[in-house]
Amino acid sequence: MAITVELRATPFYPGAYVGPFSDAHPGLGGVCTFVGEVRGGDDVEALELTHYEPMTRPGMEQLATSAVERFGLMGLLMVHRTGIMHPGEPIVLVSACAMHRRGAIDAVDFCMDHLKAKSWFWKREKRKGRWHWIEPRAADHEDIARWQ
Amino acid sequence: MVRLVFLGRLAGLAGRVEHEVAAPLDWHGLLALCDGPLAEEIANDRVKLALDGELLADKTALAAPAGAEIALLPPVSGG
Repeated sequence: MAITVELRATPFYPGAYVGPFSDAHPGLGGVCTFVGEVRGGDDVEALELTHYEPMTRPGMEQLATSAVERFGLMGLLMVHRTGIMHPGEPIVLVSACAMHRRGAIDAVDFCMDHLKAKSWFWKREKRKGRWHWIEPRAADHEDIARWQ
Repeated sequence: MVRLVFLGRLAGLAGRVEHEVAAPLDWHGLLALCDGPLAEEIANDRVKLALDGELLADKTALAAPAGAEIALLPPVSGG
């Protein structure tokens, strides 16, 4: 069982992570990967994610550990961007591998819901040259309630 | 000294991301250091405090010694 959590301030290519991650788990039955990107449209020119290192990383590591235990994973990879991003750039990558597909798929869904609603990130968007802070959405909390 | 770290929109209200203030610092001392709108935000239940990376269950019980770091955490907006 291997957990990797990475916070990075520079752009990344998801494929560069997923190949080595599955290669590192010979005998797996399934790998599920989700990649979230900065949405185009809505006049969004840029997105900035702020984090607080002393809490954001430990929080992600706890989330990863709980997902591994709950879904019986062989491995879990979480990569999250910080800083300024533009439409089309990856923000987050979660990849889980397990003996059977259901655990891998559910683990990725579980991690994404918790990253969105519970992790220590603050987001603002630049529209028409001005920055706007993004407030939490009720839907994020409804998503997380599914796992309780 | 005690280091204050303002996260999210609190950094905008404070006009800075970090601020060093005299130690020790308690809850009333923290509010006294902040201007009106910022103090109101910090007093709001939605804003949490962490001392040296540990979330405080009761932020009004804040007791930060010299060398401590206080993070001021507004509601998260998702990854």
